[in-house]
Amino acid sequence: MAVRFSSLAKPQGTWWHPLGRDERLWGALAVIWGLAMFAMIVFIWPAIGREQNQIQSYRIAPATFGALTDQFIETYQVGEIDGVPVVAPPPGSDVYLEARAFAWRPVIQLKRGETYRFLISSRDVQHGFSLVMAPHSINFQVLPDYVTVIQLTPEEAGEYPIVCNEYCGLGHHLMLGRIIVTE
Amino acid sequence: MQAVAALQRRCQVTGLLVDRSAERLIMANAVTAVVYLAIGGLLALLIALTRWQAIHLLPYESFYAFVSTHGMVMLIFWIIFFEVAGLIFGSTVLLSARMVVPTLGWIAYGMMLIGSVVATYLMVTGQAIVMFTSYPPLKAPPLYYAAVLVFAVGAILAVVHFIINLVGARLRGDVGSLPLFTFALLGAAIIALWSLLAGAAALLPVFLWTVGLVPSVDPGVYRLLYWGLGHGAQQINLAAMVAVWYGLASLTTGAKVVNEGFSRIAIVLYVLFINMGAMHHLQVDPGIGTWVRNVNVSYFMYGAVIGSLIHAFSIPASVELAMREKGFRQGLFTWLRRAPWGEPGFAALVTSLFLFGVMGGVSGVIIGGPFVNMISHNTLLVPAHFHMTVVAGTTAAFMGISYYLVPLIFQRQLVLRSWARLQPYVYALGMTIFGLGMGLAGHWGVPRRHWDITFSTARALRTDIFEQPEIAVFLAGLGIGAIIAVIGGAMFVAVIVGTVLLGRRTATPALGKIAPEAFLPVPIAAGGSDGEVSAAEPSHEGFEVPGALVLALAFLALFALLYAISWYELSSVPWGIH
Repeated sequence: MAVRFSSLAKPQGTWWHPLGRDERLWGALAVIWGLAMFAMIVFIWPAIGREQNQIQSYRIAPATFGALTDQFIETYQVGEIDGVPVVAPPPGSDVYLEARAFAWRPVIQLKRGETYRFLISSRDVQHGFSLVMAPHSINFQVLPDYVTVIQLTPEEAGEYPIVCNEYCGLGHHLMLGRIIVTE
Repeated sequence: MQAVAALQRRCQVTGLLVDRSAERLIMANAVTAVVYLAIGGLLALLIALTRWQAIHLLPYESFYAFVSTHGMVMLIFWIIFFEVAGLIFGSTVLLSARMVVPTLGWIAYGMMLIGSVVATYLMVTGQAIVMFTSYPPLKAPPLYYAAVLVFAVGAILAVVHFIINLVGARLRGDVGSLPLFTFALLGAAIIALWSLLAGAAALLPVFLWTVGLVPSVDPGVYRLLYWGLGHGAQQINLAAMVAVWYGLASLTTGAKVVNEGFSRIAIVLYVLFINMGAMHHLQVDPGIGTWVRNVNVSYFMYGAVIGSLIHAFSIPASVELAMREKGFRQGLFTWLRRAPWGEPGFAALVTSLFLFGVMGGVSGVIIGGPFVNMISHNTLLVPAHFHMTVVAGTTAAFMGISYYLVPLIFQRQLVLRSWARLQPYVYALGMTIFGLGMGLAGHWGVPRRHWDITFSTARALRTDIFEQPEIAVFLAGLGIGAIIAVIGGAMFVAVIVGTVLLGRRTATPALGKIAPEAFLPVPIAAGGSDGEVSAAEPSHEGFEVPGALVLALAFLALFALLYAISWYELSSVPWGIH
């Protein structure tokens, strides 16, 4: 029978012995479970899921991104809420969303069922893009000097607030944006 | 004994040889750790009562300053000071070995103390409100980064000191194979080395940037390096906690490791794979590709998770074996029912193992994947996860072993023993309510590190999306759970401070119903060779530890269920994401 030692004492002599039946069973289950979770991430969900993580990224100077956002707003602006411009880009187009302390701009109006390519970046510090549709939220990190690119397809009409979920300074809790989805 | 009295003493409880200089260093680190725990606990209460939106206690400047301080004080200072105390204990006292170069230990302690005091002062006074993560280009004064770097270098020296101690003991022939406890600490030390180096590599450029020596810092590269420290430090906690779990099992039930090789391979899996998981903080970041995300976040095919699953079985199994040896052989769970539930060390072991596994570990694996992370990144679900690992898991385990090591090292009788017996349960109850409330609020999208989710002072685009009855209930759970947990934490601090200051001096402190022979390297054959209990052949179709196996299978089933639910939740997000 195996010689066993307390975990607090120095093991003496040869303490390496083969796995018992219990350990073999459990070890095999642990490895199978690890491989199953790996397969889920690498093969299964990419094949079947509607919510994919396929972030593309670019580097960009914050001022350049700001200028692109200005241009985007100028082209598609349809109104204003609380002093924030509202834009209605055509389906399939690129959508620029700029974060700065402590606001998101512009407010974006989308059509249900259409796909848009979001380009999100920051003018100053790090921010967190959090599109809230309680009991869920969609979250991406937003960094200055980088553009986070994701394609979004709203499947339900409504108003969706964007909050900032990366601490960005003492006005962090003032930072709000909005996406409006129409039929 | 008199001849060496100045340098060493023989512990009259455990028979271990205690190096006096190691003893003093352990005391200094442990006391400092507990002071930081008390500070962090007070801040925790204030923060929680602010996030409980119905109470909303603090103004926003104090809230952000205290969240920053709380994170740093708890995640880094409390836990690393305690771990350094553990490293010194594991590399000297436990091996009956002398401490090599005590000066190095004191230099490390001094640097850690100065760095931590300065950083804490700057944060709590609102001069460095950059959160625990201090992501650039958010800026703190240069002194803040300098202080954290001084602390990190001190901690690196402490880890190097631990390794020197082990090598010294080995060369003198004091030790052949390390006890599993120290082996796990060695795993923690290796992880600590690269974590602290990654942290230094992240923070040094930021320091140079704040003093104007470099023009800018890349925020993406900083995040990559920073999380080598930020999550790496939690992996130190994991390995150290596993060491303490095995230690508590041996101490409170006389448990012997079921299979040394099995448990040690699990530690090696941590060392090999766990730091890859540090990248799961960048799941929804720009700048890295899908392949890197998948391979790293899965800790390379969940190698480290397999390590944790091995411990999740081995520790209950070792307790079951020990209890069966004592004669509690009937049925599947008699051994568990008759376990020493009134012993604070055992209570801490069980609550820590259970809450870490079921709530902390499982939630981490789930939200750490690249897809589910899209619906959990930076929500309250993230701090809920790591409070269940670091607080309900690591901190509870460290508290549990303190009830034995503090009396033995300080040679004082433990005071308020009835509080100590109750404390693990109070703490676990509080953390469970807290974790469920915080986690569910996070699942509903409530952001972390946020002062006001009613946006009452926002100037534009206000929303009431978080003003739902469910969220109010969850945040009340967060607040009430935090109050109970802080009471549990205060009970611990009272017992330890009371013992250190007022406990009766004695060379043989009474330690409750523990197995002091756990420290003795006497091989005992499993199955009971003590004579009092005859060695019965294993029953239950040949399984040696059927009860532990059933518990482990139940845990795996729950894990799979929660994992499946998380994918269902992701699939029900009403937007397509490509």
